[in-house]
Amino acid sequence: MSGQASRRGAWLAWLVQALLVLAVVAGAAWVVNHALEVLRARGVRSGFDFLTEPAGFSISEGWLDFDASQPSWRAFLAGLINTVRAAVPAAIFAVVLGTLIGIGRLAPHVLLRGICTAYVELLRNVPLLVQLLMLAFAMANLLPDPTEPVHLLPGVWLSKGGLSVPWPVTGEGGWWPTHFEWPERGDFGVSGGAALSPEYVTIVAGLSLYSAAFVAEIVRAGILSVSQGQVLAGQALGLSSVQQLRIVILPQALRVIVPSLTNQLLSLTKNSSLAVAVGYPELVSVANTTIGSNGRAFECIAIIMAVYLLLSLVISFGMNRYNARVALRGWR
Amino acid sequence: MRRVAQGPIAWRSELWGSPLRALATVLLLGLLAWAGFHAFEWGVVHAVFRPDADACRAVQHGACWGVVAEKWRPMLFGRFPYEEQWRPALAVVVLSAVTVLSAWPRSWRWWLVPLWLVALLLFVGLMHGGVAGMSTVPTSRWGGLPLTIGLAVVGLALAFPLALLLAMGRRSEWPVVRTLSASYIELVRGVPLISVLFMASFLLPLLWPAGWQPDVLVRVLMGLTLFVAAYLAEIIRGGLQAVPRGQTEVAMALGFGRWPVQRDIVLPQALRLVVPALTNSVVGTLKDTSLVTVVGLFELTGALGLALGGDPVWRPFYLEGYLFVAAVYWLLCFGLSRYSVWLERRLGASSA
Repeated sequence: MSGQASRRGAWLAWLVQALLVLAVVAGAAWVVNHALEVLRARGVRSGFDFLTEPAGFSISEGWLDFDASQPSWRAFLAGLINTVRAAVPAAIFAVVLGTLIGIGRLAPHVLLRGICTAYVELLRNVPLLVQLLMLAFAMANLLPDPTEPVHLLPGVWLSKGGLSVPWPVTGEGGWWPTHFEWPERGDFGVSGGAALSPEYVTIVAGLSLYSAAFVAEIVRAGILSVSQGQVLAGQALGLSSVQQLRIVILPQALRVIVPSLTNQLLSLTKNSSLAVAVGYPELVSVANTTIGSNGRAFECIAIIMAVYLLLSLVISFGMNRYNARVALRGWR
Repeated sequence: MRRVAQGPIAWRSELWGSPLRALATVLLLGLLAWAGFHAFEWGVVHAVFRPDADACRAVQHGACWGVVAEKWRPMLFGRFPYEEQWRPALAVVVLSAVTVLSAWPRSWRWWLVPLWLVALLLFVGLMHGGVAGMSTVPTSRWGGLPLTIGLAVVGLALAFPLALLLAMGRRSEWPVVRTLSASYIELVRGVPLISVLFMASFLLPLLWPAGWQPDVLVRVLMGLTLFVAAYLAEIIRGGLQAVPRGQTEVAMALGFGRWPVQRDIVLPQALRLVVPALTNSVVGTLKDTSLVTVVGLFELTGALGLALGGDPVWRPFYLEGYLFVAAVYWLLCFGLSRYSVWLERRLGASSA
């Protein structure tokens, strides 16, 4: 009796699931078909053939030179490279600054603790877009003209024209950098070194400062998860407080930190898409310009989504490998 | 390094306990005094508080809070007709009142659901008009704070049931349901919100029959809902996983059916466990609504551009405008995160 009932239940389960698959496939097919019909009715062409046609716009900065006569796929590639060019430095700054602030939030000094807490509470409770727009406005309006740059540090100049920093250069025909080129101030602004555009400085600074607040909370939670006995044992062994942190606490805290940090790096990468709002030509900005010129919204958004999914997978894969190294043995 | 002591006596030893600490104290106090002095001088001493553009332009090293005094209404209410702005103001009060009421665990009863429906109807009625003698205001003129709060609240409210289904689907015994839910969640969580919003504003119009185009606000709300649901689903799944399996087995042994077990035993416990995480997600959604600026809706962030961008007289004082908008967001988000901490303590204390 009960065997029969459960067999009937299993059949029902498969029937419902088969119907569900059918419904999803039919729904997707209808959506695509209907969208194509509407596009055809409006006389819009569809398909990815535009990728090999000239883009019709140029990209002002980045590692890949790009001008209007080159095909669109190169524009997307330049955009992707620009996304990576902004996200990687931002991730490094965010992790370093966030770790320092996270440790500072637990420091045995009330002023230091207070300043670090204030940083976290101020930055994580204001939308990133507002912070980026504010930074962009400050870069464009409140800084001095390029002819009168501010000397921040030796070799670092800041003005409306952007940031100039020393940069390694390769010698004649060599691959390996031989020396640093230092920016120098001339009559018409700063020359030499790496000249970083205001848009680039805005997105990297904004992303790192905002993400650092979240990284700080992750680091703090990780440190708090290490048992008090470990600290006492470190003290009993006569380790200094810096040694305790470096040898005893941080290696154990990493086990708690790394999975959350992976999430944070993923969200940092996705947040780099906000650069479209401050005029830095990364992937989303390139796609947006392309949609504006040829109306292929579906294709361009599909490219954005596919590329971000790919980036997410790469980051997850790398961080999971790292996680396997810091995790306890047998606890993957 | 974790023994964070409290109280004035502990502070004294923290500040002056050793020569190194004393040095750090002096340096930090110097830094704070320097920064505080400059901020005070810029923001208060040399600042202009009157809505007087000439006075603002005359001052060299001071803030122009006059821009807030002059423009606070377009900053908060966007392009809503000026004489009718009591309506969005009242709409914000209604939604805030219901939110504050629902934030109190003692009011978590069945009557919250009809109360929310009434509040949402009131919100839409006040904003849209066309009833009770109020003039009709098209959604293209909605903006500012009511739009920010409305998008966040309605988006979350619509996303929640979907997230519940996705979370339970991901734990389903049926492989097809499990795969579909997991793929949806991972796909949406892997792409930026901005691409979802682009999709909502560029692609959804292609799916409707010609002649009947849903409003851009409705489309953006759909995009936001689909996006937020994936994140809420993962939070709820965490809660479902934390309910011991024995609970389900005991209930089944007592003769409960499959659905009553979920509805009356597992879900209430799971949701209670993740309320703090859900509150954090509310903060995230509230901040994320700022992105709708990019697809042309004038919520709080977009309304600022609207208020200052077209006005050459006040345009130079964008920074003060941004600080005002940032302060509004900060108050809302900080309040919510404090609430989350309070709730975590309270729920933790009552379940212990």
